[in-house]
Amino acid sequence: MAEVPVSWFLTLSAVLFVLGVSGFLFRRNIITVFMSIELMLNAVNLTFITFAYQLKQVNGHLFAFFVMVVAAAEATVGLAIILTVFKNRSTLNIDDVNSMKN
Amino acid sequence: MQLWLIPILPLAGFFINGVFGRRFSKSLVSTVAVGSVVLAFAWALRVILALGDLNSAYTEHYFTWIQSGFVNIGCDMAVDRLTVVMLMVVTGIGSLIHIYAIGYMAHEHGPNFGGFYRFFAYLNLFMFFMLTLVLAANFLLLFVGWEGVGLCSYLLIGFYFDKKFATNAGNKAFIVNRIGDFGFSLAIFLIMVNFKSLDFATVFQQAPGASEATLTTIGLLLLVGACGKSAQLPLYVWLPDAMAGPTPVSALIHAATMVTAGVYMCARSWPIYVHAPEAMHAIALIGIATAFFAATIGLAQNDIKKVFAYSTVSQLGYMFVGVGCGAFSAGIYHLMTHAFFKALLFLGSGSVIHALSGEQDLRNMGGLRTKIPWTFWTMLCAALAISGFPFTSGFFSKDAILIAAHGYAPWMFWLGVVTAGMTAFYVFRAMFLAFFGTYRGREHPHESPPVMYLPLVVLAALSLGGGFIKIPVFLDKFFPTGEVPEDSTLMAISVAFGLGGIALAYLMYVLKPSMADSFADSVKGLYTLVYNKYFVDEIYDAAVVRPVVGGSRAVLWKTVDAGFIDGMVNGVGTLSRGVGDVLRRMQSGNIRSYASWVLLGCVTVIGAVLFFLGGVR
Amino acid sequence: MNLLTVVLALPLASFLIALLLPRSSPQASRMWALVSSVATFAASLGLLAWFDRGFAGEQFLLDVPWVTSPNIHFAISANGISLWLVILSTLLTPLCVLISWNSIQARVKEFFAFLLLLEFGLVGVFIAQDLFLFFVFWEFSLVPMYFLIGIWGHERRIYAAVKFFLYTMAGSMLMLTAIIYLYNRTGTFSYPAILDMLLSGQLRLAPVEQMLLFLAFFVAFAIKVPLFPLHTWLPDAHVEAPTAGSVMLASVMLKMGCYGILHFCLPLFPAASRTCAPWIVVLAIIGIIYGALVAMVQPNMKKLVAYSSVSHLGFVVLGIFTFTQMGLDGAVYQMLNHGISTGALFIGVGLLYDRRHSLEIKDYGGVATAAPWLSTMFMITMLASIGLPVLNNFVGEFLVLQGTAVANYTWTVYASIGVILSACYMLWMYQRVFFGELGPEVRSHMPDMKLREWAAVVPLIVMMFWMGVYSQSFLPPVGKVNARVLGQTQVNVPFRVELAPVKRAEVARAR
Repeated sequence: MAEVPVSWFLTLSAVLFVLGVSGFLFRRNIITVFMSIELMLNAVNLTFITFAYQLKQVNGHLFAFFVMVVAAAEATVGLAIILTVFKNRSTLNIDDVNSMKN
Repeated sequence: MQLWLIPILPLAGFFINGVFGRRFSKSLVSTVAVGSVVLAFAWALRVILALGDLNSAYTEHYFTWIQSGFVNIGCDMAVDRLTVVMLMVVTGIGSLIHIYAIGYMAHEHGPNFGGFYRFFAYLNLFMFFMLTLVLAANFLLLFVGWEGVGLCSYLLIGFYFDKKFATNAGNKAFIVNRIGDFGFSLAIFLIMVNFKSLDFATVFQQAPGASEATLTTIGLLLLVGACGKSAQLPLYVWLPDAMAGPTPVSALIHAATMVTAGVYMCARSWPIYVHAPEAMHAIALIGIATAFFAATIGLAQNDIKKVFAYSTVSQLGYMFVGVGCGAFSAGIYHLMTHAFFKALLFLGSGSVIHALSGEQDLRNMGGLRTKIPWTFWTMLCAALAISGFPFTSGFFSKDAILIAAHGYAPWMFWLGVVTAGMTAFYVFRAMFLAFFGTYRGREHPHESPPVMYLPLVVLAALSLGGGFIKIPVFLDKFFPTGEVPEDSTLMAISVAFGLGGIALAYLMYVLKPSMADSFADSVKGLYTLVYNKYFVDEIYDAAVVRPVVGGSRAVLWKTVDAGFIDGMVNGVGTLSRGVGDVLRRMQSGNIRSYASWVLLGCVTVIGAVLFFLGGVR
Repeated sequence: MNLLTVVLALPLASFLIALLLPRSSPQASRMWALVSSVATFAASLGLLAWFDRGFAGEQFLLDVPWVTSPNIHFAISANGISLWLVILSTLLTPLCVLISWNSIQARVKEFFAFLLLLEFGLVGVFIAQDLFLFFVFWEFSLVPMYFLIGIWGHERRIYAAVKFFLYTMAGSMLMLTAIIYLYNRTGTFSYPAILDMLLSGQLRLAPVEQMLLFLAFFVAFAIKVPLFPLHTWLPDAHVEAPTAGSVMLASVMLKMGCYGILHFCLPLFPAASRTCAPWIVVLAIIGIIYGALVAMVQPNMKKLVAYSSVSHLGFVVLGIFTFTQMGLDGAVYQMLNHGISTGALFIGVGLLYDRRHSLEIKDYGGVATAAPWLSTMFMITMLASIGLPVLNNFVGEFLVLQGTAVANYTWTVYASIGVILSACYMLWMYQRVFFGELGPEVRSHMPDMKLREWAAVVPLIVMMFWMGVYSQSFLPPVGKVNARVLGQTQVNVPFRVELAPVKRAEVARAR
């Protein structure tokens, strides 16, 4: 069984990352922005795993686990904030949540 | 011998009256005040009698005051023959004036910070500092007394502190004295640098070994200090204004004791001066110039206290002439007799003012001879003494100075006798205007109580007979600078000038009262000039005070400080805010714009790496 | 753990406890601040009792590692100079509590907490022996003062607080750079260790290096002193600060700069100090005269006192840079004197402000009639400030000027002019505020001193007389330390001779 070339994984990861970045930059819905961030994290995870696999080292796996833990924690806190914001403001548009400015 | 008791007693009086005086009755306040000074007098007398002939100084060391490097200044007191004279004058006259003040200040109620006890507290404090000055065994302790009496003078001149002219006069006295002290302190520093000590004994022992230039500089700087304290040209301006204080103050501080401190200090420093002939010459010149200059102003004053104030300045000039001509003992002799008769003149004029309920203008007096006879007769004694009437105290001391001046430079003698003539004229002018002719005022005159005129009687006796206390003989061991020879011709000349002055005054103010006015009219320009004291105050104001204050406000404060320095500081602030304002626009607070910047940055970096370095490999 | 640590720790502990007190009871905060600061003062007196007056070196040493990398130690100790400065700080804190008793009504708890924190910082500055620790305390003391001015100050308080903070920070950054540079050269922040290396020749600073380091330290200290022309933050800070802030600022914080110059600049960079001395002396003398002249025309009492501080501290700097025993002793004495007498002046102005609610001289007049004791106390303070003998400032000014006369007589002549001018501005102010007719405004607002106010003023008055009459209680330990410092400044003197040629060589190489 022929191996899938590493570059394919990396290309997929890059595509996912760019998708995440564009979502982060251009979407206004806070949930979508949040999902974009998760997408970027997972793209990075994929890169880690790829290199770990190629270099036959365990570090990459370790980093992937760390990222997953951070992502989970972030999701928890982030969603809690989003819920509170929605409760108080009835909006999910991030440009409207700017009362800390100035 | 517990010398410290002498100054400490009045200090105790000051504390008792100052802290508790408000709750004391007037008699208790005056008992404490007078008692402390009389006790000091008694103790001083006891000390002097116990110390015997005092051929060398008797010194006591109490504690080290300042010690650092080679500076080692003790709180030391000493008694020698010069100190004995000063001690007796200060405590003796001080006691008499304290007693007099009980009567003079009796009507003083003051606002709730009552006048009576405050007055006596200040007066006691003055005695403390004056005695410290006299007893000090080193220059710095002398300086303590020196500044301290200046402070008391300030407090007492501004005694009626709700009156602006009084507090102005107080400030003027303090500040002009500070200018003098500036010179004195510079002298002290120079002495310390050269002799590594400030003790009189050490310094004077080493003085002959120092270079003449150094000694001359020290001598001239000391003279600046003396000019401030003893109201000599050009720093005399504060003394006439100082008459704003109550009259006993004028008598004690501004006639008998404090203002003579400069003469005392110069005489005390004689070992420095004898090796600095140019400094001596400066003393004599300033003295004679002041004596003449102040006497001319005295001719035209109408305020009775102002007349005597200018007379004091003039007489202090005589003392300086004596010191400057090398006749130190004659200077101190005149210091003592002047203390008698000038204190008496001031106390007498105080009695007149008291009798007229505050009137000081000679033009509103007249004919008081019969109404207040005690005052008249005692004051007459003083007037004769100051005019150099034969065998009164002033006759001996003034002639001793004039003869010494003749030996030093004959022109000084002639200027001196002319001044003596003017002195006799203006003093008797004041006497005749006040006591002869008809009464021109409105108040009903009344004689002062015995507590006031008894001190006058004592002083009158001293004014007449004080010349027989032979100070030059007593001091000739202390000042081994040669005796003043007697010269009957010169004596006769000066007596003649004095009598001539009296006669002229009698002619102009008693026989033909219209003559004075017509004479003033005939030399109107000169009269205006003299009447306005040569406009010296106005000149100082325009030349020194206004430029300094105005320059400080307009140039230093508003322009340099607020404008330039602070302008630069605020300019830096504004500049960095401006820069920040531009940069701030990047920090929009919008996460997505930040992310865009990050993306842009990444793309730029990657692009640059690819483009310039040709890829990562 | 020794007594010095206790003196340092007590204010911090008191601050923490003060934070726990209920906001609803301001009286509890006041009482706590008073009790704890008096306790600290008592502890610092204990310091005095155990202090070995015969020993010139550092005492009450404590040195524990704090951060291992970089190598920072918590090293404190006291010598004959810092001992007095610590006592000055601990003496003034309870007095500041007393005078703020009623005049602070908003956020009482926080005010007194900040005051205690300030005391902690100030004590720390004077005893820190690790350069980094010193820097920490130096910056730390800014924070409470910033809030004291910024929250409880008058109308332009924000401007003044920010100006104060930024001015000082600008200097501190230079100092921090210099400290880090020294660390890179020596591998230690320990001041005694660096000094040992210098003295033993283990550490040799090239002239240019030394000069730059000296200037970095000196500018930081000179801003704090403040030396002309770096003084303009002072009048603003004083005018806007509450009374207690002004007192602590003038009496203690300004001494941080003087102490720094004496304790760090001179021993660390002797050659550079001596080279710069003539220039610094000129600035000091300008400051003396300039400060006095500008003080004379101020319409605001606090500004007047602030400019008079510029003048007085000119004497301190002058004394230090004469490099004579008298000059140094006088400078230290003058630091303490200024702390006492200017502190008392600000307290006096504060008492007037509490009554009449104005700092403008023209709003007063005739106070002596209405409040005689207040006027008497102010008079004594004023006389101390203008250097009347028997009171404290005279001794300091005499020693400074005497030291100056030994070093260079011409300088003395100019500096002495300041003594004349000080009488002018003080007497003029006193005349306009206390003398004259009693107006209705003043009459109705001017009760005399209360017991609490007496308690705040009397200790200072007593100190004025004590220090003026019997300086032997205070000077000997100071003199010992100064003799040591002077000895240290002698070490590199031959080195100084090389300075000019080497400098030229460097310039040539640069070309």
